[in-house]
Amino acid sequence: MKVSVQRDDFDAGAEMRALQLDPKVGAVASFVGVVRGVAMTLEHYPGMTEKALVKITEEARSRWQVMDCTVIHRYGELKPTDQIVLVAVASAHRGDAFAACEFIMDYLKTRAPFWKKEAAGWVEARASDDEAAGRWSGLPGTRKLG
Amino acid sequence: MKVKLLYFASLREQLGTPGEELELPAGVGTVAALRSHLRGRGGAWELALADGKLVRAALNQDMAAPTAALKTGDEVAFFPPVTGG
Repeated sequence: MKVSVQRDDFDAGAEMRALQLDPKVGAVASFVGVVRGVAMTLEHYPGMTEKALVKITEEARSRWQVMDCTVIHRYGELKPTDQIVLVAVASAHRGDAFAACEFIMDYLKTRAPFWKKEAAGWVEARASDDEAAGRWSGLPGTRKLG
Repeated sequence: MKVKLLYFASLREQLGTPGEELELPAGVGTVAALRSHLRGRGGAWELALADGKLVRAALNQDMAAPTAALKTGDEVAFFPPVTGG
């Protein structure tokens, strides 16, 4: 389990390879968020941010068979095409890896204290993000493999 | 009771401060009551924390409901809905 909130860029390939070292891992699913359109500055709440991300990964582990996962989120000044966030999840099978990866991203969008500011002003939160996070809450007991 | 307040993003800019230490008057015992107390300062505070504004709160670095109870030494943060990822 790795959670990092950092100014610097990351190597998504290296992070994913690091999740494959356990021979019981059969699937690594990942998501990389990229700056689209215009430059931005990302502010966060030091202390709470790391805590919130750890909680989200623990929630994912309680719902799916997650063998390991990595969440890296950048802050500071970012320009178009820069990487913002990486979520990578290792599991025995793809179903758990895909679901947990999507769940972590959806929860991160609504629960991790980051705020984007563009030259035109602060980016407004979108209702569709709340809806995306909300769809996970009605799920019945989740599948535990192994 | 004394609490530490933090403000982030657009709220920090509107209020013109990143945070403060505040001695709460008797009767201000929840996140909602604290928000209402701050709103009573008028001006930018009244506007930024108005009832219709979407303002989230965290208590000791966990997302908190308006009903969450405060105790001395708590860290309370107010901020707009998050937009990371």
